This record gives sequence, C-alpha cells and structure tokens, in this order.
Amino acid sequence: MYSVADLKKGLKITLDGDPYLVVAFDFVKPGKGQALYRTKMRNMINGTLLDRTYRSGETFEPANLEDRSMEFLYKEGSHYTFMDQQTYEQVIMEEDAMGDAKNFLLENLKVDVMLFGEKAIGVSLPNFVNLRVIATEQWAKGDTSGNDSKPATVETGYVLRVPPFIEEGELIVIDTRNGEYSTRVKG
Amino acid sequence: MKSDLLHLRAHVIKSIRDFFWERGFLEVETPLLIPANAPEEYIDPIFAFPGLQLQTSPEICMKRLLARGHSKIFQISHCWRSEERGLRHLSEFTMLEWYRSESDYTALMNDCRELLQRVAQLSCPHANFFTRNSVKISPTHPWQHISVQEAFLRFGQVDVLDCLENGLYEEILTSVIEPALTDCNAPVILMDYPTELAALARTKPGSPQLAERFELYVGGLELANGFSELNDPVEQRRRFEAANRMRRHIGKESLPLPEPFLEELSGMPPSAGIALGVDRLVMLTADVESIDEVVAFTPEEL
Repeated sequence: MYSVADLKKGLKITLDGDPYLVVAFDFVKPGKGQALYRTKMRNMINGTLLDRTYRSGETFEPANLEDRSMEFLYKEGSHYTFMDQQTYEQVIMEEDAMGDAKNFLLENLKVDVMLFGEKAIGVSLPNFVNLRVIATEQWAKGDTSGNDSKPATVETGYVLRVPPFIEEGELIVIDTRNGEYSTRVKG
Repeated sequence: MKSDLLHLRAHVIKSIRDFFWERGFLEVETPLLIPANAPEEYIDPIFAFPGLQLQTSPEICMKRLLARGHSKIFQISHCWRSEERGLRHLSEFTMLEWYRSESDYTALMNDCRELLQRVAQLSCPHANFFTRNSVKISPTHPWQHISVQEAFLRFGQVDVLDCLENGLYEEILTSVIEPALTDCNAPVILMDYPTELAALARTKPGSPQLAERFELYVGGLELANGFSELNDPVEQRRRFEAANRMRRHIGKESLPLPEPFLEELSGMPPSAGIALGVDRLVMLTADVESIDEVVAFTPEEL
C-alpha cells in the first residue's frame, strides 16, 4: 500500500481497477493549509491521461505489474498469443494494446510481456530485430534521381524506407525504438 | 546547483543580514532541537530523539526573547517539516524570521517592502525588479493589499468561509487565486485571514472572526507569512488544544504543548512577527521554478 508521501513521477498504482503511471507530480501547500498532492497519470492500458489531486491520509494500491520473458507464438485475428517458455503458460494480448510492437513481431521472437495481474498489457521488444524484405522496387543502376532511400515491405507487413541497394528477399536489421532501417544482415 | 546560483544565494543571505543589522535588529540563534513546537493541524514536526523535535519554525523561542525584553530580533535558521517535498517545498529549508515589539502587522509589511527593494537589486542590478514567468515585478511599485475574503470573491466568486467549511480552501487558493496573482507587476499582500487559519495571530479589533495575518506574494509565489502576535496565554492554550483536537480528528497524533512559552507569553508586549522562506526568495531572485535549483544539495542527492 502506498501513501501520498510515496507519490512521485514514475510510480505505478491501481486506480478503478486499471494500472496507472504517474507522469507528473507536484506537492502544494498554502501557508497554514492542508497539503495537496497533484498528479497527472496515464492509464497503462488505454493511454488516457487523468488529473487527480490527493490529500494527506489517502492511500493507493500498487499496480501489480510483472515483466515476464515470453515467446511470441502466433496471431489470430486481433489476438496475439505469447507463451512463457518455463511454465508453458499462454497469454493473449489484444492488437490495440500492442502499439507499434506489432510491426516487428515474428513467430518465436523472445519479448518481455508486461502483465497486470493475469492480463497482458504491453510488450517490450529487443532493440533490434531481423526481418526479411518481401517487396521493394528494383534499384536501377545509373539512377540519377538522387533518392537515397526507397520504400520496402517486410514480412510482418510493415513498410519502411531502406537504402536503394536493398533487394527483395534480403534480411535487414530494424531498430524497434524508432522503426528505422539500421543495417543489412550479411551472409 | 549551479555555481552562479550558489553565489547568488550567498548574496541574498548577506543582503538580508546587512538589512536587519543596519536597522538595529539583534541577530539571534535559538535551539533547533526543542521539546515542543506550536502544534498545528497541518504541520508535522520531525522527532529527532524521544522528547525532542526539530523546529518547524523558531517562533516559540523567539517570542520568549521578546517577553524577556528584546524588541527587534531576527534569525536565519533551518526548519524541518515532515513529508513536505515539491517544486516549492523541502522538508529541510531555510527560514528568515523577524519580530518587532510594540508593533503590529502593518510595520512588517513596510519591512517587507524595504527588504524586497534591497534584494531585487541582486536580481537586476540597475532596474530593481524581479522577473517571474516573464512578468517584471517591481517592489517599488505600489503594492496591492487584498483581504482574503475579497480575493476569494473577486477571483473565485466564492466565499472563503464556505470554502473552509467544504474543504475547498486550499484548492481555490492554489488553483485560482495564486495563478491570478502571477500577473501583478508589484508584490501583493493577502491579508486578514479567518481566525481558524491563524493559530498564533491576534484577532482584528472589531472583527473577531478575522486575524491580523498576511501573506506576501510575489509573482504568485508565496514568500512570507506575518501577523500581529497573540499574547493572551489562555487563548493561546485554547488554540493549541483545538489544533491537537483537529489533529486527532484527522488521525494524527497530539503534540506536546510548549509549556514554558505559554508561561512567558503574558510577559510578551504587543508584537508582530513574520517568517519568510529564504530558499523561495532566492528562487525569485534567480527566476527559477524549482527549489531544487537554489540549494547546494537536495535530499535525493544525499
């Protein structure tokens, strides 16, 4: 159980059944008056922002969050299924909760799934993933248009800009933090 | 803390000291570890040892010095208040307090005016103003004096007594009134607080529901709290006991009463005293938003 004295940026609490991240916090206390604890919080499931002011004596349930190492198994409709390799326990995550992570998920990829109680609410990817280019235009030798990149589609369906020399069927490295091409996998 | 702010802080403190020495105030030091502070509903002392608390304000000892015949005294000292930490709060902070006997709170308002004029020269050497949220605030301009009742009516269209009753006082003060004061190009005196917000202040002659207490705001920043001192030991004890009842009512422990202070209070002449946050004065002089920027170390850095 947290008290108002524990409130600070980065604290994760449970509110109305959802996990919230404190993104801004201030303590105000007018002379001789009661202290107010002003917070701005983000719902960790749907991202909505909430302003709440608390007073001394109020308490909060910590958000029961756990990052667990899991493997991505498969996607079915809007459901993504992950499995804990140790316990073989499976969790399903809705596409809405996946954010940009869905662009980089290939079967058998090892990721960290954030669990709120039993519910999977987020996924952290490795910083770099290897994905195969399944469609891109041929680079015409002697092209003088001056373009130093071209669009390419990778096997997850994600489209990004790659250098002109990348060809269909090549394996490339993508930085999952910004979604950009990093390098090509040699060999 | 940036090195130039450490220098600025030293200059602000030196200016304060020079200011009071030049005016014939005696600089005093009183113990920081004391058996009892003045009990207040919303101020929690830190207990350092069984039976000894760190001072939340030097007021108790300083008023005993008034009772012993010292008529103009000042002190710059550290104070501690449990679990106060924010953009404008540190649990351990630096307080300036000064007291005048045979005076009331209007004399303190004059002191504030002259002190801020002196310190503003450090903020802007030739023009004598502070800057906060891009507003230039000149302590030489005419100051606005607004009663708390009027401020609640004018800026919030609400009655302050209703707000106190409904627990909305702090919310309206900090989210409506203080922001409204940020645009003033001169310091503002918010004055004549309801007595329940002035545990140690004398009531206003003819208005027993109001206390002769004021707060000094510069650019919306609460800088100082001063009042005409209550010197009736019976009434003072009654208010301390009421504060302890309120504390128990909200689930806090009762605090011991400063008995020697109560014994000597009847010997204190009519006096006025004020507490000014030195860290906040440095924030104002430096035009910074966070108290963290004006102290050598924050608690989190230790």
